[in-house]
Amino acid sequence: MNMKVEMCGLTLKNPVMTASGTFGSGEEYAEFVDLDRLGAVVTKGVANVPWEGNPTPRVAEVYGGMLNAIGLQNPGIDLFIERDIPFLKKSDTKIIVNVCGHTVEDYVEVVKRLADQPVDMLEINISCPNVKEGGIAFGQNPHTVQQITAEIKKHAAQPVIMKLSPNVTDITEMARAAEAGGADALSLINTLTGMKIDIHKRSFVLANRTGGMSGPAIHPVAVRMVYQCAQAVNIPLIGMGGIFTAEDAIEMILAGATAVAVGTASFTNPRATMEIISGIRDYMEAYQVKDIRELIGAVHDEKHG
Amino acid sequence: MQTTQRKFQETAIIIRQEEIADNIYSMWLRTEQIAAHAAAGQFVSVYCNDGSRLLPRPVSICEIDRKDGAVRLVYRVAGKGTEEFCTMRTGNHLNVVGPLGNGFPKKERRAFLIGGGIGIPPMLQLAKELHCEKQIVLGFRDDTFLVDEFKRYGKVYIATEDGSAGTDGNVLDAIRENGLCADIIYACGPLPMLRALKEYAAAKHIECWISLEERMACGIGACLACVCRSKNRDVHTNVKNKRICKEGPVFRAGEVEF
Repeated sequence: MNMKVEMCGLTLKNPVMTASGTFGSGEEYAEFVDLDRLGAVVTKGVANVPWEGNPTPRVAEVYGGMLNAIGLQNPGIDLFIERDIPFLKKSDTKIIVNVCGHTVEDYVEVVKRLADQPVDMLEINISCPNVKEGGIAFGQNPHTVQQITAEIKKHAAQPVIMKLSPNVTDITEMARAAEAGGADALSLINTLTGMKIDIHKRSFVLANRTGGMSGPAIHPVAVRMVYQCAQAVNIPLIGMGGIFTAEDAIEMILAGATAVAVGTASFTNPRATMEIISGIRDYMEAYQVKDIRELIGAVHDEKHG
Repeated sequence: MQTTQRKFQETAIIIRQEEIADNIYSMWLRTEQIAAHAAAGQFVSVYCNDGSRLLPRPVSICEIDRKDGAVRLVYRVAGKGTEEFCTMRTGNHLNVVGPLGNGFPKKERRAFLIGGGIGIPPMLQLAKELHCEKQIVLGFRDDTFLVDEFKRYGKVYIATEDGSAGTDGNVLDAIRENGLCADIIYACGPLPMLRALKEYAAAKHIECWISLEERMACGIGACLACVCRSKNRDVHTNVKNKRICKEGPVFRAGEVEF
């Protein structure tokens, strides 16, 4: 049985990755998870300089999901190169570094710093809903998406994955724009902007007022968007958004994702990634799927089955 | 301080549970590995069985029974998650991860152990483990709880906001009214109480250790949800904040701003 998938010239031992921002750089979860079993670790976003992030409270639970407004707190690229990359290099998994910035120059600076680092791919966060400048501002206009993608591609030594926001009218427009800009792959979806109000205090629960919603409640939205993008572009997709079980991951692959990322599920069960990998294997055995690549984009109307 | 202890994911069995005051519950859990490794002042993440509630509830450890492999959690029902926990009975299962964070450093010096409201429970295990002269000061809004259990480990002073028991006022009023003094403070409770104690300790030039809380997601230091501002740049975050779940929840009062 083959669980390996290929994307951007790389072979992943299985399609399961961690979603950026939910797994740090892997060190904390290494007490619960065998990092060697992961297809890839996608790190928390890193900028050119350290960011302090937003005031607290930064998270809130909602029915079937959660909101976060961390604000891309990160230690900056210098410490990240000195500490986080050497830690990840000790494991036999692919390293995907998520890059964030307030300006195009910020992103480019990080991408250049990573050029000679043992990093397998770059994931560019143009979709964070929780920072005032940068982030989502770049991800909601197809012209800007194409421009920033092209600018990053000029300087990137590794394949570039653009991470798209679902907070747009038509995500396929953004997917096409990223592809036109030279993106090697796409990650989708980032969180959906939400809000929670404390009715007892009559105030916002999050200090940032709004936050990004994740968790099982957004999974059908993510599946729909992955499916739409799979029809719209020819580059590989990494599907994410509320993947809590192997069934969720398989749905995403059938919708057209080459790989999947598990995020919020790790908060509910620190070993979620491991259980999802085992569950995918069980599904393949039960349905006698010899190669997981048979499942990518294999959804079809029942009458044609 | 650096966390070096191991963390465990366990399916805990509820040994017994009772309501010890209005909306305050005491639950003993069989958790062999967590009990064997836990220290006073650490906490555990308790996961809901209801799948619509994703995030673990951080609950401080009130008592550790290492011989019987059990921990005691005393918590206030404050929302849907704790409402679920409080209906559970002997023999029911709960997923728990722990022990998490750093506990109180044990220094055998004339000590104040100060708890306010739902910050009182973690002071009980510390009271059990410290063998020095202890003055235990507990602040309540109205109903008191755990008072008799604390009395087994030291002299207990009480303050209530409604004046129904002990000193009419807060824990500092109780300290002043009884003319108490000590060389070190250990405290857990609401932020206004901790701020007042930080100021009191600075004025008296005594060491002060406080336990903070914040809304958490992962509980193990990965997500950066539960940070507090710090006086200096933190080694891990590389900015002026610290992770309460990892570097805390117990901090030296002077190193954090709250």
